[in-house]
Amino acid sequence: MPTMLAGLNPGWVLILAGIASLFITLRSARQVVTIAAPLLALLLLIFAPQNTDLVTTQVLGLKMVLYRVDALNFIFSLAFLIAAVLNGIYALHSNDRIQDGAALFYAGAAVAATLAGDLMTLFVFWELTAISSVFLILRAQTREAYFAAMRYLGVQVLSGVLLLNGLAYVLKSRGNLSLEAFTDLSDPGVLFIFIAFGIKAAFPLLHNWLQDAYPKATVVGSVVLSVYTTKLAVYALARMFPGQDHLIWIGATMTVFPVFFAVIENDLRRVLSYSINNQVGFMVCGVGVGTPLAINGVAAHAFADIFFKGLLMMSMGAVLYRTGTVKASQLGGLHRSMPWTTVFCIIGAMSISAFPLFSAFVTKSMIISEVATAGYAVIFLMLMFASAGVLEHSGIKIPYYAFFGHDSGLRVKEAPFNMLLAMGIAAGLCIFLGLPALFPGFGHEWLYGLLPYREEAMGYSHHHLFSFEHILTQFQLLVLAIFAFVLLKRIHAYPPEKRGVILDTDWIYRKVGYNLVTWAGTVWGKAGPAMTAAFFRVTGRAYNWIEAAFSPRGELARGGALNGAMAIWTAALLGVVLLLSFMAVG
Amino acid sequence: MIDAILNAAPAWALSHAAPLLIMVPLFLAPLLALVPTGRIAWIISIAATGISFLFALILLGLVQTSPIGVVSYEVGRWPVPLGIELRVDALNAMILLIVTTIGLLSSIFSWPTVVAEIPKQKRALFYSAFLVCFAGLNGVAITGDAFNLFVFLEISSISTYVLVALGSGRDRRALPAAFNYLIMGTIGASFYIIGIGFLYAATGTLNMHDISTHLPELAGHRSVQAGFAFILVGLGLKAAMWPLHQWLPNAYSYSPSFVTMFLSATATKVALYALIRFLFTVFRPDYGFEISAFSAILMPLGIAAMVVCSFQAVFQTDVRRILAYSSVAQVGYMILGVSIGTTAGLSAGLFHLVNHAMMKGALFMAVAGVVLTYQGTTIRDFAGLGRSAPWTMTAFAIAALSLIGVPLTAGFQSKLQLGFALFDQGLWWAVGLVVFSSFLAVIYMGRVLEAVFFQPPVNPRKARKEAPILLLIPLWVLALANLYFGIAADFPLGLARDAAAAAFGVEAFR
Repeated sequence: MPTMLAGLNPGWVLILAGIASLFITLRSARQVVTIAAPLLALLLLIFAPQNTDLVTTQVLGLKMVLYRVDALNFIFSLAFLIAAVLNGIYALHSNDRIQDGAALFYAGAAVAATLAGDLMTLFVFWELTAISSVFLILRAQTREAYFAAMRYLGVQVLSGVLLLNGLAYVLKSRGNLSLEAFTDLSDPGVLFIFIAFGIKAAFPLLHNWLQDAYPKATVVGSVVLSVYTTKLAVYALARMFPGQDHLIWIGATMTVFPVFFAVIENDLRRVLSYSINNQVGFMVCGVGVGTPLAINGVAAHAFADIFFKGLLMMSMGAVLYRTGTVKASQLGGLHRSMPWTTVFCIIGAMSISAFPLFSAFVTKSMIISEVATAGYAVIFLMLMFASAGVLEHSGIKIPYYAFFGHDSGLRVKEAPFNMLLAMGIAAGLCIFLGLPALFPGFGHEWLYGLLPYREEAMGYSHHHLFSFEHILTQFQLLVLAIFAFVLLKRIHAYPPEKRGVILDTDWIYRKVGYNLVTWAGTVWGKAGPAMTAAFFRVTGRAYNWIEAAFSPRGELARGGALNGAMAIWTAALLGVVLLLSFMAVG
Repeated sequence: MIDAILNAAPAWALSHAAPLLIMVPLFLAPLLALVPTGRIAWIISIAATGISFLFALILLGLVQTSPIGVVSYEVGRWPVPLGIELRVDALNAMILLIVTTIGLLSSIFSWPTVVAEIPKQKRALFYSAFLVCFAGLNGVAITGDAFNLFVFLEISSISTYVLVALGSGRDRRALPAAFNYLIMGTIGASFYIIGIGFLYAATGTLNMHDISTHLPELAGHRSVQAGFAFILVGLGLKAAMWPLHQWLPNAYSYSPSFVTMFLSATATKVALYALIRFLFTVFRPDYGFEISAFSAILMPLGIAAMVVCSFQAVFQTDVRRILAYSSVAQVGYMILGVSIGTTAGLSAGLFHLVNHAMMKGALFMAVAGVVLTYQGTTIRDFAGLGRSAPWTMTAFAIAALSLIGVPLTAGFQSKLQLGFALFDQGLWWAVGLVVFSSFLAVIYMGRVLEAVFFQPPVNPRKARKEAPILLLIPLWVLALANLYFGIAADFPLGLARDAAAAAFGVEAFR
């Protein structure tokens, strides 16, 4: 590969293409760009030499490695780029320059951030993902979306600021900003970075921005958003904090708590947003375990998740596009009018639920088995519960309420062909990744071959993956969960699809915080004028005093042209100088 | 460029550059009094200042190429110290260059304003007085003889009184202003000559270099100390050192526009040069009385000037008075730089001196253009001129930004150097005051710029009317110089550093 092309960062290709497509008014030309740029970037990534600093620069005495490919970031950026192609296809029906440009730019920034070779570069693109992605929410052009976008932007920028703050500390204590993993969370700089990553990964209590913003984005926007931000954070955690014990508990909590919210939520895209939380929880937990197989599991699960979550988001997007709503209470029976979408959605649902022969089965199991091997009994049970919960809310609830359930009477057209194509490719990937290795390098082994620790992955693949007890355990879990759903549905104990607002912890800042601000505003409204008056009294007096001294009618200019004042000044000054001169020599 | 001039110049020009620099304008001046029309006088004065400018360049080249950095000329072949010596080093070569450059530019632009402001029969005489003043200022800068300096100081001052008084055609207040200036200027000159008398009594010589060699043996001599005090106050008055500046605002605001522009960029600079010459080469900055004068007199007065006069400028309603008070404030910066007593401080002060000549020259030139076309100098008269005279006012704005000290302008560079020099000595509070005074400059120049660019014209009939091209060219030369030297400050900074090094008698920086 020519060196010039080797130095071309795939992320930058997308960013430039994104900027360019903001200005391309011709729709067909822009469509070509949105598909061709990710494909070109894919080629560049695949042929890029690994483990060398491909592009470096020196800024203010700080060495920045702008482009470096290794086994860990290769698989993440590969998934990002394939997703970018799919997103491009999925967006072909729309004609929105800003959305196309922002989506490409956002994807490019995420790729460039994963391919960064130092923390400073990571920070720069970290911020760019925040700024570019907000347009995907804004383009929904509703009032709600506007406020959600502003909240989203605030949180994302906060993450960036914390990261920068942490970098400053780390640079001072460690002397460089290399991607060497942190071990000690007690260092304030490291803690800042940890929290910054945590915000983007949507750690419990830092998660609200996700369910707040993603469901309010455009049809295409939420598909794009579901891919990058959280997975970028997972990558960053896997890079900087592997084996960090706190992450195990954080991750396990993350898998469990969204289940409850997701089960009772009515907005199906919001259900999927909780489901993102839940899936990222598995990855975070895997990062916390930190063994080679666990990191493999994290990378593989992130890879698989990008496609099955994307697929589910796409199918919900198609429903939203055709029916204008994704409220469970208003949907149902769509399998008649949108059969293909139904099939793809079910494939996505089975993938996320980790049915054998679907992608999550080969990826999530690595994490869970490592948790079991490491002897975290409670964590293991939490993850198992969460797996069942996934099936409940994503695997059954989404397709059931959208496509089956009680017939809503909606008769709409099938999704546009480009959406079906994108969903079809994603569905194909979901199935392909879950297949056993009929011959070496096929099915899941293709994915395993890309993982950071290849030997461990292959060993796992040969001995455990399709072993009898693994498949049996999984089926037990799935069958029981389905049985539970059916039972609950039968006795009408399953939360019915009802309209309503679910209070997540974000009511704390959205309600209490809002009231606090309102209260402060009222207080300020009372106290402000008094303070302003006092301020103006003081400054007014100072101004009067200054004017009395310096203005043309003031003290210093008194007298007019001809008086003895200046001659006296001269004499006085002479006297002072004389006195000083005499005294100085003495 | 200087090399090319040195190569092209004939041998007599090289060897007699110093006397010719002053003699050409001085001898052409009486001739001008006999010239029938002002226009011819104007052309002759351009020629005279142009010739002096060339000689100033030659002298600068000679100084820079000279192994000892000094060009000495014995007038009438009388040996030093008995005869008068013209002595040029890097310090006064720089001053000469400023004075002659400004002299040339101002005489080029002078004609339209002179036509507008001076009665017809007095125009030739006016130019005659101008050339005398020009020659006198150059003489102060070039001479190496203390008494000769007094003579040139009086030559320039007396002609200046005349020039200021000629403003009475436009504003009768020019007469009292000139008279006041005459009284104060004479007090200053008398103080100076008294000081020289003391020094002569103590050392028995009038040659400045010679005096400086005698002074170390006279440590603690009362005459020397008294001489120092008189000279400091006398030259300080001439240089408009606060609080001895009170002659300046009236003189600058009521004199003809051309005179204001010329004087603001040269007269106080030359007096300040003379002060620096005495402080650093005749006396030495390590003398006890001088150390105390630096810390107890010059520094407080410099700071008071830049704060008090900036405040006064804020409250003025007449643009020329704003600029006049601002000039005193800027002299404050220079004196503050000088009073640090280090080479860095002196070079910062001299650097600001160069830049101030450029920015005040441009500002007063633009004001002259407004006086010419719109007959008014109050802020109200300036309202809306941004639209009716964009070229004049853009140059005005550039120079105003430079005066404030906005980055990428010359004013910023010299304030930066001043800040560095102050920090070196741990005088961070003085840096704070410099910044505060710059903030005041934002207010007083901002008031004018706001009126110029954002207010509607007071008189809507004022059509689109620029200053004449003869005025715009030198104006833009100065405005662009403000920008150019704000980005590439090597040339003026080099001049200032060499000058400071020469004043301290150490090897030049480069």
